[in-house]
Amino acid sequence: MWRSCLRLRGGGRHLLNCPRGGLTASRGPGPKPPAHARAYAPPAAERKRFYRNVSITQGEAGFEINLDHRKLRTPQAKLFTVPSEALAVAVATEWDSQQDTIKTYTMHLTTLCNTSLDNPTQRDKDQLIWAAAKFLDTDTVWSPAPHLSAGSRMARPWHPAAGLLVCILPAPGFSHGCRVEEPETLVELQRNEWDPVIGWAERRYGVKIGSSTSIMGPSIPARTREVLVSHLASYNMWALQGIEFVVSQLKSMVLTLGLIDLHLTVEQAVLLSRLEEAFQIQKWGNVEWAHDYELRDLRARTAAGALFVQLCSESSAVKHKLLQG
Amino acid sequence: MAALGSPLRTWRGLLRELRYLNAATGRPYRHTPAYRYLVKAFRAHRVTSEKLCRAQHELHFQAATYLCLLRSIREHVALHQEFHGKGERSVEESAGLVGLKLPQQPGGKGWEP
Repeated sequence: MWRSCLRLRGGGRHLLNCPRGGLTASRGPGPKPPAHARAYAPPAAERKRFYRNVSITQGEAGFEINLDHRKLRTPQAKLFTVPSEALAVAVATEWDSQQDTIKTYTMHLTTLCNTSLDNPTQRDKDQLIWAAAKFLDTDTVWSPAPHLSAGSRMARPWHPAAGLLVCILPAPGFSHGCRVEEPETLVELQRNEWDPVIGWAERRYGVKIGSSTSIMGPSIPARTREVLVSHLASYNMWALQGIEFVVSQLKSMVLTLGLIDLHLTVEQAVLLSRLEEAFQIQKWGNVEWAHDYELRDLRARTAAGALFVQLCSESSAVKHKLLQG
Repeated sequence: MAALGSPLRTWRGLLRELRYLNAATGRPYRHTPAYRYLVKAFRAHRVTSEKLCRAQHELHFQAATYLCLLRSIREHVALHQEFHGKGERSVEESAGLVGLKLPQQPGGKGWEP
């Protein structure tokens, strides 16, 4: 989705049917739009920041956000309530940090809360778990793809002198991990970085997983899948939305579990998810407007998802220690 | 494998991010609810005598995640402004890229009224 803002920018003008300037002015009665033309909706006008202060109040259902004196609402006009105060503070900070225009693409926590409150796709708990568990088969950390195939996220090397870059964009939903067979350094890198994480997951959940270089991937034993699915089922709906979001960003279930079990930091998880890209960047150079842009975006989304899961599934109780003597 | 670093570093990073966020609004960051909440949380979890306090580690982890979130959003927006925020080139500029100039037609173009 965020890639489309790189591609359509300016390129979407060809979808416009109305004449612009004098260049496409008609000769004769006027151009009739062809019958098959798509209705082009111009991008929604950017909303200016219409509020001065953002504050938090506590209602019956949870914490609410007030923009000036108006209560914040979700896109489906429900009242915006969150169960946890920390989450409310974070959302308020997001709204407060908008200057001049409201950039909804930077407000990841708000988006996650809206999704949880509205549930626009009407998914229940089992469907969410199923959606997340789908990534088990093609998990980044052990699943293979033929090296340099169309499905992999690896950027093809480009000729530095010509400055040409050919990037292969991943097919949606296909996780881009691979255990390649060559080059040797990449194989070693994958082994050194990914094997400890798999080992940790195996120990933590008591399951057996392997890794393979064939195109079909390792067959995940049914018991492993059951254990992981039942572990996911122990989270509430909100936390599950967050988990499913992080899994779809990192394209890996194992890395997500590492994140929510506080075993990996966000930067580490993102690096492990993008291991081949990092390898290629190291070899061929970094393209700031693509690689860094993607990296920051991925980090922001993953951090938002991880924080959301943690804040929705924690229950904090302050126990005061008795002072002895 | 959780190389979190020291809590002090995370704390200073969080303060810096809050400062950047509030620089534009002009309001001192110490009055924001985020600052107050963070101060309360960090203070509350500091007073334990156990060496391995799980709650402390959890809080530190959450703080580090939040710091990563704020930092990456800021850098992402900055990169977007610098590289992708300029919009499209005008027709004159595009022609100028290849060394052409637009024709001046004082009588107007033929088909315009």
